[in-house]
Amino acid sequence: MDKLKIRNRLAKDKALKWGVCLLAALTAIPLFAILGEVFWRGYDQLSWSFLTEPTPTAYKAMKAIEAGEPIPGGIANGIIGTMLMLGMAAVVAVPIGILCGAFLAENPKNRFAQTVSYLTDLLQGTPSVIIGIVVYIWVVVPMKGYSAIAGSVALFVMMLPLIIRSTEETLKILPASLKEAGLALGGNRARVMLKVQLPAAFGGIFTGILLAISRVIGETAPLMFTALGCSFIRFAVDKPISAVPLLIWEFFNDPNLQELIWGASLFLLLFVLTLNLTAKYLAKRWNQ
Amino acid sequence: MESVKPILEFNKTCVSYTKQTMAVKYVSAAIDRNTITAIMGPSGCGKSTLLRAVNLMHNLYPNIRVDGEILLNGENILSMEPIDVRRRVGMVFQRPAPFPTMSIYDNVLSGYTLNGIRLSKTEKDETVERCLRSVALWDEVKDVLNKKGTFLSGGQQQRLCIARALALKPDILLMDEPTSALDPIATAHIEQLMQVLQKEVTILIVTHNMGQAMRISSKSMFMYLGELVEYGDTATMFSNPSDERTKAYLTGKMG
Amino acid sequence: MNDKLYNILLFVAALIMPVVCGGVVYALVTDAYEAFEHFGFFKFLTSSEWSYTEGSEQYGALPFITGTLMTTLLALIFCIPFSLPVALFVGEYFKGTRIAAILSTVTDLLAGIPSIIYGLWGFYTLRPLIMALNISPQGSGILTASLVLAIMIVPYAASLSAEFIKMVPNDLKEGAYSLGATRAEVIRKVVFPVAGSGIFSSYILAIGRALGETMTVTMLIGNTNNIPDSITSTGNSMASIIANQFGEADDLRLSSLIAIGLILFMITAFINMIGKIMIKRARIA
Repeated sequence: MDKLKIRNRLAKDKALKWGVCLLAALTAIPLFAILGEVFWRGYDQLSWSFLTEPTPTAYKAMKAIEAGEPIPGGIANGIIGTMLMLGMAAVVAVPIGILCGAFLAENPKNRFAQTVSYLTDLLQGTPSVIIGIVVYIWVVVPMKGYSAIAGSVALFVMMLPLIIRSTEETLKILPASLKEAGLALGGNRARVMLKVQLPAAFGGIFTGILLAISRVIGETAPLMFTALGCSFIRFAVDKPISAVPLLIWEFFNDPNLQELIWGASLFLLLFVLTLNLTAKYLAKRWNQ
Repeated sequence: MESVKPILEFNKTCVSYTKQTMAVKYVSAAIDRNTITAIMGPSGCGKSTLLRAVNLMHNLYPNIRVDGEILLNGENILSMEPIDVRRRVGMVFQRPAPFPTMSIYDNVLSGYTLNGIRLSKTEKDETVERCLRSVALWDEVKDVLNKKGTFLSGGQQQRLCIARALALKPDILLMDEPTSALDPIATAHIEQLMQVLQKEVTILIVTHNMGQAMRISSKSMFMYLGELVEYGDTATMFSNPSDERTKAYLTGKMG
Repeated sequence: MNDKLYNILLFVAALIMPVVCGGVVYALVTDAYEAFEHFGFFKFLTSSEWSYTEGSEQYGALPFITGTLMTTLLALIFCIPFSLPVALFVGEYFKGTRIAAILSTVTDLLAGIPSIIYGLWGFYTLRPLIMALNISPQGSGILTASLVLAIMIVPYAASLSAEFIKMVPNDLKEGAYSLGATRAEVIRKVVFPVAGSGIFSSYILAIGRALGETMTVTMLIGNTNNIPDSITSTGNSMASIIANQFGEADDLRLSSLIAIGLILFMITAFINMIGKIMIKRARIA
């Protein structure tokens, strides 16, 4: 009787273990299914011209399809738009985010800092589509038109809380002795922050920036209401501009351009996952 | 005269954490029923490791190997089912750790709930009262049985953990430096308690504190670098150690 | 630079958060005002009419609130049977091993995939499958969107729950083992009760993510403006109606969409706040 009961309990124990392993393994399937599909359908589209030429018009694409040729052109307009907007957003978000993160790390008990910390969580949790609406109201309406500036403001607002958090957390885990040693040597707080704390935290902050970029680079909805999209290569910041995820959305909705979806997706996916893995690798190396 | 069979026997017991290093080397010893045996030795000598082997705690960590034999009532526990062995061998750890999500009442019964054994309400009440009385905690907590165990003082928590182990009526109670995290008063309380408990259960205790070993135990083991150097009557060992290393330890020249 | 100037500089930089968040709320409230004034706040929330025929325009948020709640709830239900095992795998069974690190990397990468690509995968792989299985004739709908949404939130729920499972003190687990419990019993009676509030809060935060997820839902939910009557029917979530119609809307419809945005903002802010407070409490305990 007792033996039977023990056998029963051990069987349940084993069942749980195998169940956990099985279900955990199943969770990995979507990653490989998605990677597989995007690679499979997109790899033969990726070429030099795909990366250097702008999107074809629907008419051109239709002609090519009718003639049985591959669709000409590529996603250069999107790549340039993405880089331009990301660059503008990062140039502002990185310094402000680091300073703001430093403020939170230096004043952990201050009431204002706690409010700022709470607001950072609030902004980080705000759905990106709402950021799109807000930047539309802030920038697009007064400027009377969609623009690269509006798009980069949206990316800026999304990057900011991510950079603040990673800076704050990295600075907070630095040993207190580091700061004290710097101050004991007669440095003032600004100099200690600049010459001692920030360099020591560089790895963590840099990783945070990479992750922030990889998070916002695939954002589509907020750019739909701000940058809008544009079918040719352009560098003007006050005019509508394209971005890689916007192009994917465009291709998805235009039957003539559907063939281009997978090349563009593969490009985006490779970019995001490389950034992600690099960040993770660097974080691990810097931690040692 | 009737010969008393030992309740626990180590037979060339070895424990190794890695392939190269052995933490416990070929320990052989027999423990008599209803005695208190103290295991002493400097830090890292393998005393806790030996104790944990009796409860098959090492099975939880796949890298650790236990070789030789450990006989409980003549049966080698190394070839038995861990969950079966552990129910018959109670253990009390260094830091008192009552389950924080359970009440005092449920903590005492946790051995039963964890093992999926159902008890009637009267059986439960009886068990709780019996065990809390045997650790002299009943009078202090009988009105707050539904409070969480973590509200108690450190010494009370440790007694609760002893009660928890006793609830399953184990043959042996292993204690791994049970008073090292407690203040002197709580320590004295637990030492007193052990003297009483000795009537129901065989106790094997690892201790850093020589005074404690002298006060409570009838037999003592001295371990050094994984080896059992000396094992015998506590009084004899303290007054007249047979090994130089034991002598060095007892006179404070080591560890 | 002296300390005073340094403090001022940091303070000024930190002012960006109140300014941005204040600006977000101000913009949403002022631009949603027209819709609320026209229909009345309560009426707007409870009306299921969404028609833009000129002259008799009628906008209400109920279908989209329902759509959002349905997709989120279903996604949560689909997510738990996978995220909990992943959390146990990483935080308990294979804690600190290489294989756990690999699985964490896999889920991290899942979290990194842009939502538009999830949408494409759902549209081109999952939707035909749903049609082939005869679950719904058009393939898209609440169910399809929820399934993909579930995959998207698994990484968030799993990594946070794993963190709490890892934090369960070894003392407690060994205590339970010493009483003769099996690992399954230790998990059920010690690990889950102790890590419970942390695990619960990680699901609250996962809900917070699912509520506002836009592109995936827009591509898969079917985009109809009615209250969905079953889990296989089509509908729209708050985020997807905005994504679909914002570009072409003006005047009252634009204001109504912004009003929906404001409601979504308030719901996610509330859920995230609850989740963060619970997480903080769970970390301290």
